[in-house]
Amino acid sequence: MARKTMIEAIRDAMDIMMERDGDVVVFGEDVGFFGGVFRCTQGLQAKYGKTRCFDAPISEAGIVGAAIGMAAYGLKPCVEIQFADYVYPAYDQIVSEAARLRYRSNGGFTCPIVVRMPTGGGIFGGQTHSQSPEALFTHVSGLKVVVPSNPHDAKGLLIAAIEDPDPVIFLEPKRLYNGPFDGHHDRPVTPWSKHDLGEVPDGHYTVPLGKAIKRREGKQLTILAYGTMVYVAEAAAEEHGIDAEIIDLRTLLPLDLETIVESVSKTGRCVIVHEATLTSGFGAELAALVQEHCFYKLEAPVARVTGWDTPYPHAQEWDYFPGPARVGRALAEALEG
Amino acid sequence: MSHDGPLGEFGPLSLHVPEPAVRHGGEPDFSNVNIPEAGSVRRPDVDSNPEDFRDLAFSIIRVLSRDGEAVGPWAGLLNDEQLIEGLRHMMTLRTFDARMQIAQRQGKTSFYMQHLGEEAVSCAFRKALSPGDMNFPTYRQAGLLIADDYPMVEMMCQIYSNERDPLKGRQLPIMYSSKEHGFFSISGNLATQYIQAVGWAMASAIKNDTKIAAGWIGDGSTAESDFHASLVFASTYKAPVVLNIVNNQWAISTFQGIARGGSGTFAARGLGFGIPALRVDGNDYLAVYAVAKWAIERARRNLGPTLVEYVTYRVGAHSTSDDPSAYRPKTESDAWPLGDPIVRLKNHLIGRGVWSEERHKQTEAEILDSVIAAQKEAEGHGTLHAGGKPSARDMFEGVYETMPPHLRRQRQEAGV
Repeated sequence: MARKTMIEAIRDAMDIMMERDGDVVVFGEDVGFFGGVFRCTQGLQAKYGKTRCFDAPISEAGIVGAAIGMAAYGLKPCVEIQFADYVYPAYDQIVSEAARLRYRSNGGFTCPIVVRMPTGGGIFGGQTHSQSPEALFTHVSGLKVVVPSNPHDAKGLLIAAIEDPDPVIFLEPKRLYNGPFDGHHDRPVTPWSKHDLGEVPDGHYTVPLGKAIKRREGKQLTILAYGTMVYVAEAAAEEHGIDAEIIDLRTLLPLDLETIVESVSKTGRCVIVHEATLTSGFGAELAALVQEHCFYKLEAPVARVTGWDTPYPHAQEWDYFPGPARVGRALAEALEG
Repeated sequence: MSHDGPLGEFGPLSLHVPEPAVRHGGEPDFSNVNIPEAGSVRRPDVDSNPEDFRDLAFSIIRVLSRDGEAVGPWAGLLNDEQLIEGLRHMMTLRTFDARMQIAQRQGKTSFYMQHLGEEAVSCAFRKALSPGDMNFPTYRQAGLLIADDYPMVEMMCQIYSNERDPLKGRQLPIMYSSKEHGFFSISGNLATQYIQAVGWAMASAIKNDTKIAAGWIGDGSTAESDFHASLVFASTYKAPVVLNIVNNQWAISTFQGIARGGSGTFAARGLGFGIPALRVDGNDYLAVYAVAKWAIERARRNLGPTLVEYVTYRVGAHSTSDDPSAYRPKTESDAWPLGDPIVRLKNHLIGRGVWSEERHKQTEAEILDSVIAAQKEAEGHGTLHAGGKPSARDMFEGVYETMPPHLRRQRQEAGV
């Protein structure tokens, strides 16, 4: 057991799986020799050789398309898209191919691939290094969509994703790579070495896909969040003195509806927080499910706090980012409702 | 929109939109298709330097001469028995297509795509592969299955989406899938399979296996970015893959020049990627087999990918959903200078003294009987709108290996 950054935890997961399973291969742009622009694959090529971990041409469609072919052969590719913002050239391969291969071939061919990509803003990445495209994947039958919020979960979820027999979109909130981030961008950064969830067990373990976790027990209202927003929600609740129950969804598809329904039925109030844009965002799905399953327990309208429906701006990053002040206001309103 | 650029000495710009030599209502014209004599194109050694045969991307490798003789350095690979088998495969595919085309018109299925005129390409290629190799086909390579003795009844059950459909009614007709027969699940989206073929081949090389892959694409879909990604990956990693382009002149109503642009040939696309490229008479069973064998050996010897352009002609419609007489001359297929693959192989076999018109007719009748028998058996298991069909429950299965809770709830709601 040691404290690790999320980068180290993710690397550890790939290292363990490459060690255990000769069919696991890792590739992507700058992934081989250099170890990735965020260094998640550092050292893997040196350890496993360049046919197991290698650099790919700048062709996201090529990276995912080749991974699908490899999976059809019997390998378990875990590929990296350098930024989630770059995934769109691969979207057809993910949506029309990876997601449907098992179904359309009636199991004759399957697609156990993991597509990792850094997601979200908070690093002044502008519109091409900040997006949160999770809803573009949760809308696709046949995919699994995972968003870890800490090193412990990142490792366990990534191992589970690599072992999963179906394609997994693994979105890594890049603002969390080096420490939890509560949205107070003007305060010093907390490193994972100072946070309990930076404790990463050695060796192989999994965090099951499709299972949410309660980060905080509370009575007054339920906050549904994932990734970076888990810490923003914690800060907002604390600063407003609200006894919130915070659920870290961890996997968006398949969703742990049971945990959500149990919590909202108890608190009667629900605030959904995500960094992605509002319209048709994953929050819309969550709000719909909450009203379908908890309508008679609700004491206030289900609220959403999200990024605005604009492209992710550069200079106005902190006006865009749904920080603790905005989340806090929404929590207060939900209690009044 | 106003023109506010300076009018200089060159005058205004204009956009070039290519057109085929002739459209419907006109006289067919293939005078721009340069056809070398059979036997005239040299055969480089499989391991020779690709730089030394770049010209083969601009020629056409042909074996069968106008007189039906097998000539030149690419001839002599197949014996009488293999050639007769090849003829039977092509005839079977053509008969199968004819029956299924009618079945679609009779409303027994929603959709069909035939191979008329292109039978040699997939039938001959299959015979050059080894067991375990994997094709990543388009919708016009059913010859890969026929020539591998995949049961016609299974194909028909898939076409009819009936109770015995191996794909449980989930796929459009003719989008077959058979791992056992080296036939990757057809997507229906275009070009996606090409890069998957390269990935599969890379996996075989990563595992130090001996199997190779074959990617398939049509002339029109070479314009997709996946095609270019495929060539980059194949070139970079020297993947053991044969990259096939079936140039049948027409992408639905769009002539091949729209995808090809200013490039001389589709095969020439390979050269810029450092991938050796061959161009072959796609209506010549012997030439297709010889070139396939060459490219497959090159892949198997770890010498890397080969791009092969099969020059052929789509005699029929693109699918049951279009009418070619609305976009090209009705008699264009008769004017196609490379002839008909079945007629050409038949004449060759007659010339060899191992076949006759009588035997051909007799074989045609036998094949028709066997196709009809298969059709009867398949129809016994239902057609799209009548008889046995996959259950609505099957719709919910197989999205994931294990059905997640939300699908379970939806299945309950559907009451199946």
